[in-house]
Amino acid sequence: MDREAIEKRVKEIVVKQLNVNMEQVTPESSFYEDLGADSLDLVELVMAFESEFSNEVAGEIPEADADKLRTIKDVVDYIHAKAS
Amino acid sequence: MQRGRRETLDRVVITGIGALTPLGNSFETSWEMLLAGMCGIRRATKIDVSVFPCQVVGEVLNFDPTEYLDAKDVRRNDPFVHFAVAAAHMAIGDAQLDMAKEDVYRVGAIVGSGIGGLQTIDTQSKILHNEGARRVSPFMIPALIVDMASGIVAIAVGAKGPNYSCTSACSTGAHSIGDAYHFLRLGKADVMLAGGTEGGVNPFSFAGFSAMKALSTSCNAHPERASRPFDATRDGFVMGEGACILVLETLEHAFARGARIYCEIVGYAANCDAHHITAPVLDGRNLSAAMQAALAEGDIPLEAVDYINAHGTSTIYNDLCETNAYKLCFGKHAYDIAISSTKGATGHMLGAAGAFESAVCIKAIQTGIIPPTINYENPDPQCDLNYTPNKPIRRDVSVAIKDNMGFGGHNAVLVFKKYAA
Repeated sequence: MDREAIEKRVKEIVVKQLNVNMEQVTPESSFYEDLGADSLDLVELVMAFESEFSNEVAGEIPEADADKLRTIKDVVDYIHAKAS
Repeated sequence: MQRGRRETLDRVVITGIGALTPLGNSFETSWEMLLAGMCGIRRATKIDVSVFPCQVVGEVLNFDPTEYLDAKDVRRNDPFVHFAVAAAHMAIGDAQLDMAKEDVYRVGAIVGSGIGGLQTIDTQSKILHNEGARRVSPFMIPALIVDMASGIVAIAVGAKGPNYSCTSACSTGAHSIGDAYHFLRLGKADVMLAGGTEGGVNPFSFAGFSAMKALSTSCNAHPERASRPFDATRDGFVMGEGACILVLETLEHAFARGARIYCEIVGYAANCDAHHITAPVLDGRNLSAAMQAALAEGDIPLEAVDYINAHGTSTIYNDLCETNAYKLCFGKHAYDIAISSTKGATGHMLGAAGAFESAVCIKAIQTGIIPPTINYENPDPQCDLNYTPNKPIRRDVSVAIKDNMGFGGHNAVLVFKKYAA
């Protein structure tokens, strides 16, 4: 899967889970600072990424990796790396 | 009476009511439907009930929680919390309470639930067993704990005063109002939002109450007849859902902001049967003792009581126990009191019941109209008091009592009185 396709799907998940507008979501958007997420939102977001990209991440994003996912770009990079 | 360092106790009045019930999505609509003798009980629509012996329920219908919470908060919270937030906003609107003008540390909330987030438990339990522990929502615990009703109400309206939930099954609403009244009486707050909420329509609750054989099973073909308090053919209660929250405040505070006063609350008592987990003590001695204690707190003579809104669940034992308690407490005067159970119309809203029914008492005092016990057709020789059958009556109400009994043997009694300076 190419980066663009991954980014589109990540953004869609974030919009739905955090109840924000698509316009607010850029690659640099930080979940905590820009998108109003709290620590529980992050747990739920990671679960949603795991379901959406279960083939790419082999069903699981380990906690140590999840802790490093701060922005949209972090997530796209992570999934892209895992997929290739 | 524990008075702390205070010389006198504050008087406490009711200034706002907010509710959504099987009869309608506001208190006003619910009240009008009650007086019209309407029934909010139907065949369940929110879940498939074909496997249960009882298939009828009082549902809150056409309610959109996004009118009161953003979509994210709706998803994070259980229906019992959605209902509570809606009722709180309506109550504050009714009281015309402007939070921007309040000392927010003096505005508290005690909103309970009989059971809490059972729907969340049901959903997340399936996820745990089918998909594994890693799929369980981080919002499961905050969504299911009972006290989140008070917590989210506080967030929604910015109330930073005393805040917790009390839970006592079917008497939760009454205990919550009673506790809030005591906070105000003791000078620990100016305003309290108090009441109860229940989101009861889920397979787990149907299964659980069905297993107890507590629900009416004889009227699946005629849902509107299923809940018939004090009728000789009653055969169990009908679940209901909804929420009701009252605005209570000290008389001094209500005066200072020029609030409209519905009535005064002058007595509260709580005790326990200490007898059995679900069955009441049939002679009614414990409920009678609670009523006497609540009346004594308000210095109300027995003959002054005009109206009792009964717990009246439509189970064989509850309605008999209550009838016995009224006779024990009031003697001959029991036959002069207008009694009604509004559960024939609403079903049993569990944790919300005591709060909605308190609002009914308040409205009876305000309007001089007593709503009926519907579906009362066959007198029970053991229940021979005046249950206000089927049609509302006009009667000036100076003092009204609300009593509730909850699984666990919890009895709660509130005394409301017409306000006079």
